[in-house]
Amino acid sequence: MAKSRRSEYDAAQKRRSIAIASASTIFVVLALIILVPMTPGWEKVQKSFFNTAVLYKSFPKLMEAFKVNVMIFAWSAPAIAVLGLLVALARSVHSPALFPLKVFSAIFTDVFRGVPVILTVYLIGFGIPGLGLPRPWNSPYIWGSVALVLTYSAYVAEIFRSGIESVHKSQRAAALSLGLTEQQAMRDVVLPQAVRNVMPSQMNMLIALQKDVSLLSFIGPVEIFRQAGVFKSLLANFTPYVGAALIFLAITVPATRYADYLMARQNRERQ
Amino acid sequence: MMYKLQLNNVVKTFGENIICDRINISARSGELVCLIGASGAGKSTLLRCINLLETIDDGEIILDGQDIAEPGLDPQPIRAKVGIVFQSFNLFPHMDAISNVMLAPRRVHKKTRAQLLEEITGLFERFGLKDQMYKYPDQLSGGQQQRVAIVRALAMKPEVMLLDEITSALDPQLVGEVLEVLFTLKDEGMTILMATHEMNFAKKAADKICFLKNGQVLEEGTPDWIFGPDAKQETKSFLSSF
Amino acid sequence: MKFVTSISTLTAVLIASVANADSHCADGKTLNDGKLTIATGNPAYYPWVMDDSPESGQGFEAAVAYAVANAMGFENDDVVWVRSSFDEAIQPGPKNFDMNMQQYSITAERDEVVDFSDPYYTAPMAVLVSPGATDTNPTMESLKGLKWGAVGSTTAVAKLQNVIKPEQELLLYGDNADVNAAMSANQIDAALFDLPTALFLSAVMIEGSKVIGQFAADESDNPDNFGMLMEDGNPLKPCVDEALAELKGNGALAAIEATWLQDTTGVPLIK
Repeated sequence: MAKSRRSEYDAAQKRRSIAIASASTIFVVLALIILVPMTPGWEKVQKSFFNTAVLYKSFPKLMEAFKVNVMIFAWSAPAIAVLGLLVALARSVHSPALFPLKVFSAIFTDVFRGVPVILTVYLIGFGIPGLGLPRPWNSPYIWGSVALVLTYSAYVAEIFRSGIESVHKSQRAAALSLGLTEQQAMRDVVLPQAVRNVMPSQMNMLIALQKDVSLLSFIGPVEIFRQAGVFKSLLANFTPYVGAALIFLAITVPATRYADYLMARQNRERQ
Repeated sequence: MMYKLQLNNVVKTFGENIICDRINISARSGELVCLIGASGAGKSTLLRCINLLETIDDGEIILDGQDIAEPGLDPQPIRAKVGIVFQSFNLFPHMDAISNVMLAPRRVHKKTRAQLLEEITGLFERFGLKDQMYKYPDQLSGGQQQRVAIVRALAMKPEVMLLDEITSALDPQLVGEVLEVLFTLKDEGMTILMATHEMNFAKKAADKICFLKNGQVLEEGTPDWIFGPDAKQETKSFLSSF
Repeated sequence: MKFVTSISTLTAVLIASVANADSHCADGKTLNDGKLTIATGNPAYYPWVMDDSPESGQGFEAAVAYAVANAMGFENDDVVWVRSSFDEAIQPGPKNFDMNMQQYSITAERDEVVDFSDPYYTAPMAVLVSPGATDTNPTMESLKGLKWGAVGSTTAVAKLQNVIKPEQELLLYGDNADVNAAMSANQIDAALFDLPTALFLSAVMIEGSKVIGQFAADESDNPDNFGMLMEDGNPLKPCVDEALAELKGNGALAAIEATWLQDTTGVPLIK
């Protein structure tokens, strides 16, 4: 008797909240659809930002340029993961003999998290080639990517470090007391737990990286942001940027969902 | 006759505080020695010193004739010979039970999973854990987890087992199954040094009981002595609260 | 400098005296009554504006601005300078200037979104090469083999892609300063600028660089005609055009050009 009274009540509550949510959503959407075009400048804004003719015209070349973004991301992301992990491990050493390593790692993360990325891109992207490297070693692709990798490794390292520190020290104690060496304890016991703990944060970094690849546009490579800018100047229209945004979303949203799916599946398998 | 484990005047300080104040304890091979005393009396710290998780400030720890506390020694091979089980189990949550147990023998003794499988399965069976082999720690009860922790320590074939209040974190009905395990261990001839509040168990199973207070061994003796009328006043008043 | 100053002052006085005679076409059509608000770049470059201070009237565009203002009936004190970026100029919505002068090339696409005055200068494009490529022949063939860079928002991009068609991929940058940096870092061999800018950069910014040739101003698809940019449908446009026509007719515009852009002879034509 009590069970069905409760479930009836719950069902009614659910119906009510769905109704409220739907109604308010419809109201907001209708308001946007009706009110926004009524604003005086809408037509001009639409022509300038949401111009389908310009979108069609610029889309193919934007897709071409996006390949550059994908390429730079593809070789930077693994480098960042590796370097970030190394720097985090360097920061976590216990042996007093390795203290200089700890200091170096701290300085590294401080500097590269502190300096604005664009500045690093300029300094390294133009500065190091300016020292006199021959082509192709002075390519902006190489040094721009180096700048990205150094910067992002610093953030990724700090996230890994917090992950490592979040693993209770009794885990390390248990590992050592079984006779494992420090390295084995880190590799087999602490690190797997640390990495699992910080995976969501690292996913965030990955998504931020996908967008920051565009910073390389400042030092030459014609990636999607630069290409959109070329169109903007040529056609005096901002729609190419909207096009670029759509292409970004088309990649980042599925990527995020896929990452979420992997995490959920991992958690489910463990039950 | 040589003792299996001998602590001579072991001193351990943390800053200003003297946690272990010239401790002398010895255990013969196959003996079960219980350390009793109030919390903060230094029992846990002492065990962690024997396992070289902490370095002592003075004194000797002699295992099978070798002073393992000598400064400059690499602690790792020694830790492989000294098994320890903690109050909070400390199983590795990202591995199933059997992987927890196999990890150290694989890394330290350089054995493969295949080589270890038969032996480890036997261990699990002997301690009533056959069905738990492939479960993860968070799928096990407290008593099961602690028994897996014991098996994990045993898998390294240690010379001596240190048990740090291993039943204190368990629900009362689960304490029994863990203490059963200890009887088995004792029967198999393992030298055990255990800190405990389980007085009934100590009375029944211990060969020697050491009562610690303020970092010192106030009294030691057989269970009959310690629980008997001739024990010191402080020992009696401590035991009276049980 | 003194000689040059007196020439432009003389010119301005000449015009003012002619213009003051009739009624003012621009009355009531400017942002602020009685004031003419002109926008320029941030910073404004030589030889278009000297020392980044357009108020001085020094520099080709600064001089033309004051000449046109006077021709429309404004005193020098009535001219108000503001700074703007390219984007601010083409975004939809009201502008904070009456006219915007920063070497904007008149294109059909841009004309759909903004209005341009009649051209006040036709700029030949010139090839600036790095110190390592100064012996390149000024022929199309030789140009194809160079590594090219350009400012992404300029018509140089179209010229490179449609006319020169270099063998190696283009590198594009946000502004002249970055193109300079890339050339100094030996990441590019050559860049395309309007002739006066190219000469300035070669003389002052990149040591050892050289302007090896120019394209005839009326060659190829889009001769670069500079126009003053105005809001779409700005009623001021006919007044501006009228003033420009006057300056062209009485030789004042040519005189200003001769004053500020006199170095543009002597650069060979690209064959």
